[in-house]
Amino acid sequence: MSTEMKYSYSLEELKAYKKRSIASEVWRNYKKSPSAMIGLITIGIIIVVAIIAQLVYNYEVDIVQQDIMNRLQGPSAEHLFGTDQYGRDVLIRILYGAKYSLAVGIISVAISCFFGSTLGLIAGYYGGVTENIILRVCEVFVGIPSVLLGIAIMSAFGQSLVVLMFAIGLVYVPMFARTARAAVLPVRCEEYIEAARVSGMNDFQIIFSHIMPNSMAPIIVQVTMGVANGILTASSLSFLGLGVPVPAPEWGAMLSSGREFIRDYGYLTFFPGLAIMITVLAFNLMGDGLRDALDPKLKQ
Amino acid sequence: MEDNKGLILDVKNLAVRYETEDGIVKAVNGLNLQIERGKAIGLVGETGAGKTTTALALLRLVPDPPGIVECEKMELDGRDMLSMSVKELENVRGKDISMIFQDPMTALNPVFTVGDQIAESIYLHEEVSYTEAQKRAVEMLELVGIPGERAGEYPHQFSGGMKQRVVIAIALACHPKLLIADEPTTALDVTIQAQVLELMKELREKYKTSLIMITHDLGIVAEICDEVAVMYAGNVVEKGTLEDVFNRTKHPYTEGLFNSLPNINDRKAMLTPIKGLMPDPTKLPEGCPFHPRCPYAGEDCTQQQFTRSISETHYVRCCAYERPGFRINRKER
Repeated sequence: MSTEMKYSYSLEELKAYKKRSIASEVWRNYKKSPSAMIGLITIGIIIVVAIIAQLVYNYEVDIVQQDIMNRLQGPSAEHLFGTDQYGRDVLIRILYGAKYSLAVGIISVAISCFFGSTLGLIAGYYGGVTENIILRVCEVFVGIPSVLLGIAIMSAFGQSLVVLMFAIGLVYVPMFARTARAAVLPVRCEEYIEAARVSGMNDFQIIFSHIMPNSMAPIIVQVTMGVANGILTASSLSFLGLGVPVPAPEWGAMLSSGREFIRDYGYLTFFPGLAIMITVLAFNLMGDGLRDALDPKLKQ
Repeated sequence: MEDNKGLILDVKNLAVRYETEDGIVKAVNGLNLQIERGKAIGLVGETGAGKTTTALALLRLVPDPPGIVECEKMELDGRDMLSMSVKELENVRGKDISMIFQDPMTALNPVFTVGDQIAESIYLHEEVSYTEAQKRAVEMLELVGIPGERAGEYPHQFSGGMKQRVVIAIALACHPKLLIADEPTTALDVTIQAQVLELMKELREKYKTSLIMITHDLGIVAEICDEVAVMYAGNVVEKGTLEDVFNRTKHPYTEGLFNSLPNINDRKAMLTPIKGLMPDPTKLPEGCPFHPRCPYAGEDCTQQQFTRSISETHYVRCCAYERPGFRINRKER
């Protein structure tokens, strides 16, 4: 063993080593589950459709412009999903409306994941009084039904897409805080945390560079499940008339406006409902698949 | 002892106690420890003698609550550790004083490559770019005998002995002045043990690092230490050079430790363990904590403890030496 030993590889080569990392391992496990792949592909399709719909259709002309002559026509070759009470094509509105559900679901979960996980990490790492305060406050919020809390926030801050995202984000903060805290507890006692402290790291560095990566798995799963929940809550709020303001083609709002015609024109509620269901199901399938892929202990 | 220049660590009257609901656990009681620059000292003792607590106290990392540390003097390389701020302590840890953990399986973070983990310590303490730190991490890895191209691998891809090498590389990455090794070979099998000890010896000479070797294996101490401190119930009962403690044993407890080693020349011989158990640290006996188990115990042992210097380098904490003509009768090998 000599100190002058040459190492004949570059940092690029080292990075190539890293690529066979945990992510690729997870992906290999994830691929094995057909239902998880169906979920992922469906989400992919929904995202692509949402983007294409933005490019192809004009909001003023295709989405909100009324055509009273063609109102309430059943599904036909011209209008696959029929038209609504103002003569607007339901299919186009659903395709265009995908962006609301996706945006609300993803952004609200990003908000709640950020705040919730940070709170959870802090609570789990410090324990004691800090943990007690954070968790007790979270429990108070968990005690309030999510839709009710959403309604309260929406009515306090007014009705808009941004407020809707924040409202739903806030509603799910406690869920993330508790998940993160539970994930931190076993990691906190590991010897490598002690070792990090011995090597002179401060609490902040330890929490974010050592504890967080080791407690990510449940949070990642919670994120995908959370998106599904967020979409549902957003649709519920829109259904109650508190979500995205009309005439935007939000799926929940479309359900709500189709409700009056449910007896004679069921397709007006059927198709938006189907869209919500497929999206939520896809996210849940993906969440399940991710959970199995991230936790090797669950494998048979 | 007057000349403090040569001391890397000077601890006087260190006491650590844990205040729990079940009572006060006195883990370390008035420990004194001086280590000269570049020397290796072995800290030997039974499980629960307070060895690891001492190590944590030296890093000022005893969890508080429930731990309470009291100390008259704690100087690392002439700098007072007791008055340091949290920030200063963070700078000292890993840079000037560093620790090797007992179990390499759990001392490495499973989600980072070993290269990153070594680089982290360098990046934290030395003003180098991250790329530079990575390069030095690879050098460190080669130094402990692991091919540098394995820097991009994760801890689970290494064997136990290699992980301990990585842990040693992390500990030595910033060339600390003092290295605390907390039973670094306990989790390894004997052949790997020998390799790891050899490596530590080599690197210690290379970087002139002082070492506190915590162990209960007297063989390891004989192999790599210059001095030995025998701990019992949170205190050093005997301290001296290897020669002093191994060949001119003075304390009855040290004698008991040596007697309980198996004799390789007489394989049929019964082991002679020390009778009894380590006292409950929540209620230590009066006077000398060893007296209930000590074959030489007398009336005087329940009174005060005395520290008696035998020679310049050798002292023993046993009041039996106040009796005229007292000597222990250690078995000859």
